[in-house]
Amino acid sequence: MTQSLDRLKESPSQTAGPYVHIGLTPNFCGIGGVYPADLGASMVNDKTKGERIGLEIRVLDGTGTPLRDALIEIWQADANGLYNSPAELRGAADPDFPRWGRCPSDMETGLCTFQTIKPGRVPFRDGRLMAPHVSLWIVARGINIGLHTRLYFSDEAKANAEDPILARIEHPVRVPTLIAERKGDSYIFDVHLQGEKETVFFDS
Amino acid sequence: MPEPGSNRMPETGAFFQRDRTWHPPVLTPDYKTSVLRSPQKALLAFDNTASELTGPVFGHAMLGELDNDLIHNFARPGESAIGERIIVYGRVLDERGKGVPGALLEFWQANSGGRYRHKKDGYLAPLDPNFGGCGRTITGEDGGYAFRTVKPGPYPWPNGPNDWRPSHIHFSIFGHAFAQRLITQMYFEGDPLIWHCPIVRGIRDKPAIETLIAVLDMQATIPMDARAYKFDIVLRGRRASLFENRPEGN
Repeated sequence: MTQSLDRLKESPSQTAGPYVHIGLTPNFCGIGGVYPADLGASMVNDKTKGERIGLEIRVLDGTGTPLRDALIEIWQADANGLYNSPAELRGAADPDFPRWGRCPSDMETGLCTFQTIKPGRVPFRDGRLMAPHVSLWIVARGINIGLHTRLYFSDEAKANAEDPILARIEHPVRVPTLIAERKGDSYIFDVHLQGEKETVFFDS
Repeated sequence: MPEPGSNRMPETGAFFQRDRTWHPPVLTPDYKTSVLRSPQKALLAFDNTASELTGPVFGHAMLGELDNDLIHNFARPGESAIGERIIVYGRVLDERGKGVPGALLEFWQANSGGRYRHKKDGYLAPLDPNFGGCGRTITGEDGGYAFRTVKPGPYPWPNGPNDWRPSHIHFSIFGHAFAQRLITQMYFEGDPLIWHCPIVRGIRDKPAIETLIAVLDMQATIPMDARAYKFDIVLRGRRASLFENRPEGN
């Protein structure tokens, strides 16, 4: 016998199910009067610093069909590359960009739309700068554990080329699955859950 | 900067890796929807960067008075939801056993007959006009939380020809970092449906399933009012900073 590590196990994940909206976006699914607004529905205000952008994200299943019951949360740095979090020790983030964002798929089109700002660059663990990116967390019916990935920007080719995470992807052919295409003031990003164009998902 | 109401410095170290043999795998074919919604390629693993080590924090100020009372937060004045009145309480801990203060918990559930207030739920059991089915709260300094609700009923779902979900409450939990983000489900002690459910059985180890089953607590039960169930939740813990081999940030 040896000593016990005496550590707890993380609670196992379970799917968010088809009715995730009831708990996380009740106003979206018609349950009014409980919360004044759905959490994470708005990310910027008039004073937020940085370039306004839209993100138009869909999640597609193994047949290429958009999920109409997914929910995406995004987390990103402010325009200066600082996170609004107690664990951010490099400086004070923009107080007018306080939150993360949350959006359910449109029940007809499957589209999730975020109005946000282009994030600044954040240092990797060794101090090298990562390319501007938005962290995504995706849950839905049929997804047993929330999927983490990142959205990078098509007009940041130089930064993307030196990004330490993108550089870790063994097959360069898969790198484009993390890069959103610019269209006007918006970026279009399709997340493929499986198949040939499968998005790179993270364990971090 | 210390956490609000605390004399501790915030921890900023990387998290223990997820034990993905303890969680359900992405592909669990008996839960049919997972077949076309599960990645087939391996996940890309890397140690947490600032993007995973940070996360949104929510203040108690955002909470409304009835946010943690599902019996009344959707009910007409003077009325209440129909069903078995219960209190669900517990603590949010990390893997090192420390309470997680300031964690936002959101929960949702069907009514006592197993019907969700959602336009895609076509089950013939009726809606309860006084029950919405959503609630939220934020843990206190010791990681403790509590809410009041009615016990949800089981319901049938189109998976196998005769599949029924056990009574359950969905939980969404924010710790202090995006890497800790978790959604899970709470089940009730003694429910025989638990061991038939393909969603539950996606978790391979029985001891892992048992950590999702809330226990009846007669000591915390309020006489002539509500029974109590205790449900603790464990989030990823941060590695103790023993020896760091790489500088962080600059």
